[in-house]
Amino acid sequence: MVAQLNFARLAFALAMLTLVAFVTAPAMAQEPVNPTARSVQEQQLLEALQEGQAVSGRVSIPNKDAGLLIKPEGRDWSGTHNNTVYWVSAAVILGTLALLAIFYFVRGRIRLEHGFAGRTIKRFNSFERFAHWMTAVCFILLALTGLNLVFGRYILLPLFGADTFASATQLGKFVHNYVAWPFMLGIAIMFLVWIKDNIPGRIDIDWIKAGGGMLRNGKHPPAKRFNAGQKIIFWAVVLGGAALSVTGVLLMFPELTGDPTNWQLSQIIHAVLAAIMVAVIFGHIYIGTLGMEGAFDAMGKGEVDVNWAREHHPLWVAGKDATVETTSPPRGTVAPAE
Amino acid sequence: MARMKFLCDADRCIECNACVTACKNEHEVPWGINRRRVVTINDGLPGERSVSMACMHCTDAPCASVCPVDCFYTTADAVVLHSKDLCIGCGYCFYACPFGAPQYPKVGNFGSRGKMDKCTYCAGGPEADMTMAEYEKYGANRLAEGKLPLCAEMCSTKALLAGDGEIIAEIYRERVTTRGYGSGAWGWQTAYQETINV
Repeated sequence: MVAQLNFARLAFALAMLTLVAFVTAPAMAQEPVNPTARSVQEQQLLEALQEGQAVSGRVSIPNKDAGLLIKPEGRDWSGTHNNTVYWVSAAVILGTLALLAIFYFVRGRIRLEHGFAGRTIKRFNSFERFAHWMTAVCFILLALTGLNLVFGRYILLPLFGADTFASATQLGKFVHNYVAWPFMLGIAIMFLVWIKDNIPGRIDIDWIKAGGGMLRNGKHPPAKRFNAGQKIIFWAVVLGGAALSVTGVLLMFPELTGDPTNWQLSQIIHAVLAAIMVAVIFGHIYIGTLGMEGAFDAMGKGEVDVNWAREHHPLWVAGKDATVETTSPPRGTVAPAE
Repeated sequence: MARMKFLCDADRCIECNACVTACKNEHEVPWGINRRRVVTINDGLPGERSVSMACMHCTDAPCASVCPVDCFYTTADAVVLHSKDLCIGCGYCFYACPFGAPQYPKVGNFGSRGKMDKCTYCAGGPEADMTMAEYEKYGANRLAEGKLPLCAEMCSTKALLAGDGEIIAEIYRERVTTRGYGSGAWGWQTAYQETINV
């Protein structure tokens, strides 16, 4: 009886074993181990890469960024930098200069219709002019050193030789990195000081429809403290300056972005936007100096001729008219001692 | 002239990092900089492979094309080198490099980028061969001594090959044919716009 039971147990156990062996057979009966059967293939990884991605893995050195193995789009960026950025910058800047030259020869200098009154009115106080000129000096330094990075190799390097050009460019890099900070401060101050006069309004649409009065003499659309053209410059400088600041800081401290694709994108945005800003500022400089009689005094001395103010900013003068006649003596007379 | 290339046979690399260490020691590479590193792909998964990577000395090198001061040059052996006297540390070559080869020592109070440092294929720099000035800036010039890069020379499994592109490609092709598999000539497509067909 006991033997029979044991036999039954044995038979059951054998049956179970057979069943287990049968069920797991496919998993155990693999081909001989081939270490490459499922190995990563470079070709497959490259083909599977999305735009901007890289083949990466793990490294055992402390610099974990070194885990980035192959980033094929580095080549695309270099092509964009050398061709697109180069030609877009050249076209935007030279094109703007050409347009301004044409405008000057066709339209000539915009003169004061009624001549100088000889009496002036305060337009920008010393703090406003300080903010403007600080930003302006910084911008010119930034623009020159920045353009040098794009065009210097092709224009200045053959002229001055490798050593001189490299030393100058090294200095330019330091200037660019340090002057960037007062530039950002200037943008911030100008934004705070002038935002209240630069809110777009209905009057600006009429100003733009009338071409700003720049096309024909004797036709001045009304404007308050800033006309639509000046508001456009204001917003271009504030928004463009902010975008340049953000992308510039990311370029200065690449670890803030942590991704090569972002650095490349920052660089391209920074370069193209900077070229556009240079073009915008060319227009700004033109109309503030050569292009319009009496305009430079606003930022130069801080005071503009009353006739200039009446022709270009009649609504602004209207608001201050009461004080105009008494505060500023006619030009050429000796101011009384105080 | 030979067209010098690197080739890492990932099916042989055992991630011992001896190439990384040898390179640092041979060239007295600055603290925090690794001219060569070993990257493990699919770490811990079946089929993982390790690849030793440094500057690949690309054909039509993107670093050289974007350098604003044109400090790169290519030797007669097709090795891509640069002048640390001209380099301004702008970082553009790092943005352009498909292999993350250029690195910058942190200098100055704000940790700004110093002169770029990268693998020289053990071929020094623009200074006169095997001088102290060259050694201090770029490390040893083994090529001028008639030797190949140390990383490849001392590789224990001969995974990392350095030498004339056609010869090392032939060695790799023979290996793949003999053993019946190969995970690819890592980086060749990107660096040289060609790969090794087996």
